[in-house]
Amino acid sequence: MALLHTVNKSPFERNVISDCLRLAKDGSAILLIEDGVYAALEGTSASDEITRRNGSIKFFALGPDIEARGLSEKSLIEGLTLVDYSGFVDLVEEYSSVQSWL
Amino acid sequence: MKFGILVNEGPFTHQASDSAYQFTKAAIGKGHEIVRVFFYHDGVNNSNKLADPPSDDRNVVKLWSDLAAEHGVELIVCVAAAMRRGINDDLLAAGFKISGLGQLVEAGIIGDRLVTFGD
Amino acid sequence: MEDFEDNEFDGPIKKFMYVNRKAPYGTVYALEGLEVVLITAAFDQDVCLVFVDDGVFQIKKDQETTGINMKNFSPTYRALEGYDVEKIYVEKESLESRGFSEDDLVIPVEILSSAEISELMDAQDVIVTF
Repeated sequence: MALLHTVNKSPFERNVISDCLRLAKDGSAILLIEDGVYAALEGTSASDEITRRNGSIKFFALGPDIEARGLSEKSLIEGLTLVDYSGFVDLVEEYSSVQSWL
Repeated sequence: MKFGILVNEGPFTHQASDSAYQFTKAAIGKGHEIVRVFFYHDGVNNSNKLADPPSDDRNVVKLWSDLAAEHGVELIVCVAAAMRRGINDDLLAAGFKISGLGQLVEAGIIGDRLVTFGD
Repeated sequence: MEDFEDNEFDGPIKKFMYVNRKAPYGTVYALEGLEVVLITAAFDQDVCLVFVDDGVFQIKKDQETTGINMKNFSPTYRALEGYDVEKIYVEKESLESRGFSEDDLVIPVEILSSAEISELMDAQDVIVTF
């Protein structure tokens, strides 16, 4: 059983991603949605924490939220995969349960 | 697969309801079944038929009503949360129904997945 | 609290975890979250309650809310046992980083490490975060 975690807050506003990373097991996945997609940016004060778990956790970000915020041309964290809402649905299906970090 | 959807925030102030809507629409598009969409906390405000946003922006309440009409999606507004916030049957937009928290628990039981959208 | 509905439901028993991450009173999530926990127990589901991050503040002893004119709902946590909700866990790190100990809490809980909470989360059928 592996969980899908969703994070919807910018790491610079509220550090939910840190709390999530503390409790996310290896083998789980984290999907960044809404303002959470700012955590997908490479080279920020928040990115090290995420890249440290690269390889043991799969990172995803919702493409439409990336585009909405004008981040399409920016470099995203290596290894992170963009998905659309259909992809979001697929992830929920693939993982055993969803933990939304609100 | 059967999905239960929980919406914890009202329209416009948070993106939660929009995200939930887009997810629900995508799930239906992929042939999944939506057990119900349950609106809790300020999420009950998604049912307010008096919502009248500017015409050049989406009407979140209407989007949900239309989804219910087109695909038979059950939209349940929690009675306790609704009463706290002044939502009653007279205010409900088409497709919404007021019911108890048991409907949320049941969605968790009979659904394969419960996905929460909130703050 | 909402009146419980008649439980005519005769279905499977699932593992429900309710994750509390927010402090009480500043927002409504703690109070309304608790209502869901009680209803779930009435449906005879396998319920556990986890307090992490600021959620640990919800079960702090000695809450006196008269000054802010809000209902003090912390006594309700003591009623959980009566509803057969006995699996109540608090994350050690969340407690300690906030300078709290088990002595500060209004109910007996089981203190778990982050790794243990992680494992517990993985074993759930349904996770709801308030």
